[in-house]
Amino acid sequence: MNHWIIAPVVLPALLAPIIGFVMRHDIGLARIFSVAGAVAQAAIAAGLFAAVAGGEVLTYRLGDWPAPFGIVLVLDHLSALMLVLTAVLALIVLAHAIATGWDARGQHFHALYQFQLMGLSGAFLTGDIFNLFVFFEVLLIASYGLMIHGGGRDRLRAGLQYVVMNLVGSTLFLFALGALYASTGTLNIADLAQRVQAIGVESSGIVRVATILLMMVFALKAALFPVQFWLPGTYANAPAPVAALFAIMTKVGAYAIIRVHTVIFGPGIEATSGLAETWLFPAAIVTVAIGALGVLGARRLMPLIAFAVLGSVGTMMLAVSAFSPKAMSAALYYLVHSTLAAAALFMVADLVVRRRTSDILRPRPPTLQNGLFAALFFAVAIGLAGMPPLSGFLGKLLVLDALRAPGDMAWAWSAVLLGSLLTIVGFARAGSTLFWKSTSLPAPVATDDAPLPPRAGALEVAPSMLAVALLAALAVFAGPMARFTDATANQLFDRQGYVTSVLGSEEKG
Amino acid sequence: MELIVASAVGVLTAGGVYLILRLRAFAVIIGLALLSYAVNVFLFSSGGLSVNLPPILSKYGDAAYTDPLPQALVLTAIVISFGMTAVLVMIALGAYLEADTDRINIPAEDPDADGDADAAEGRAS
Repeated sequence: MNHWIIAPVVLPALLAPIIGFVMRHDIGLARIFSVAGAVAQAAIAAGLFAAVAGGEVLTYRLGDWPAPFGIVLVLDHLSALMLVLTAVLALIVLAHAIATGWDARGQHFHALYQFQLMGLSGAFLTGDIFNLFVFFEVLLIASYGLMIHGGGRDRLRAGLQYVVMNLVGSTLFLFALGALYASTGTLNIADLAQRVQAIGVESSGIVRVATILLMMVFALKAALFPVQFWLPGTYANAPAPVAALFAIMTKVGAYAIIRVHTVIFGPGIEATSGLAETWLFPAAIVTVAIGALGVLGARRLMPLIAFAVLGSVGTMMLAVSAFSPKAMSAALYYLVHSTLAAAALFMVADLVVRRRTSDILRPRPPTLQNGLFAALFFAVAIGLAGMPPLSGFLGKLLVLDALRAPGDMAWAWSAVLLGSLLTIVGFARAGSTLFWKSTSLPAPVATDDAPLPPRAGALEVAPSMLAVALLAALAVFAGPMARFTDATANQLFDRQGYVTSVLGSEEKG
Repeated sequence: MELIVASAVGVLTAGGVYLILRLRAFAVIIGLALLSYAVNVFLFSSGGLSVNLPPILSKYGDAAYTDPLPQALVLTAIVISFGMTAVLVMIALGAYLEADTDRINIPAEDPDADGDADAAEGRAS
């Protein structure tokens, strides 16, 4: 048994209380430990990624109890991919938060940040659906703290709504788990996959209810129509680095839908056939539409980016809803891309907004480094909207290519293409207002009582640059990346392989 | 027995949903507490209802027992919902002190304000 599998959960779990209790008054020390933790996390994730690159499914039995009785962690391609993505994103965002001084504007930023990483890693690794609920709660309770970091009226208002929304979601999650346990008698994902398969259509009522309830909960996390209303307010009012980190939060919901609705309620299961596909597809279409219209109608920069994130969630879930290996591969490629692009956009916007004192989309005197910010903004906006040469273009191309089923193609293609067009128009309008029209106004002059905001140093800009570079790398190495996501998707749909590697280890061990 | 448990879950859920839809902080907190009681009772019954039976296998013969797993799940759920309620109370209190109203939908400050003073404060701080 490879003990490194549990390291991504244990490391932040140990680090967070140490930072919270010992270094609460020493921000410098907390920064050092937090960054060191994030670097170690990234190294562990890379190591685990290498361990399963060959296509194995590794399991870790907590307390060495055999699978259906004890809790297991399962490391396969998808988990490893999400772990690496989380660790890389966390490192970039942490660098941004420290360079811009966001972490010093309230208490316990670094402790909460590590707890957030613990919850994310655990959610991606666990092979037990009740354990998934527990890790969801861990990452949520950390996100509540991060969301209201720094305080302020608007932020508390949005934070309160976010908390209430998610608490209702957690309750629904528990109802779904209760129903699932009542009808199958297990909560281990691999064991569930077997038991659900054995349930006939005539006695499938409770399982079908549980399926839909679970999808509602995960759709709430992923911000899918009709439960997407929390996202724009939350992302627009959260501190910018937190909003950038939250780019992975919607992907947790997407990950859960992908995992649960392929392994447990996957295609070919009689009891729940047709449920997920039927509801996910129209919901994704509407989500794309809301995102695009929101981008076009937004009057402030932060909500505009939040709506763009919503659109990208819709595009990704559109590919997921096809439930075929090819479409799933496209969805995973787009997932990695949209996470990095959304985070980069929030970080760039943070640099700009801080120097303009407001994120309202009206011409204001240009900032000192107008050209640099304009270039960065457009690079990232191009990435998120899906124009060449960055990876968004390839991601959308793969998604479109995968959605060729006769009935769906017209809807899916029009939604994605029109959505992209509206998003591009929205971004172009916002960018020209922010950067171009501003140059016609007189440049600000420093006075004694109103000094100019400081220039952005290399350290402040570096994380955003790095994110853009990663997007470019994702486009350049699209071949190997697509081969990997293909393998991941095939592994996901090989339900029997997953079940035997989790439950089969019983006889061997 | 089944009727009592089922109607308890139903009534608690209905009350919880009604209170949450009131959109005032205090009502929402009570509503969420009711909802979590409902889910706890529901989880408890998911292993099958039985009275006066131990949650362990008896050593002496194949005596009847009740499923212990839902009890462990309920315990976890209780702990988590307790912690979450505490967090919610603190955040609601913070929002109430900040905005002087206990509405969940505190009206946003003028979205079109040009943000030199207040809006900038909220955004950039």
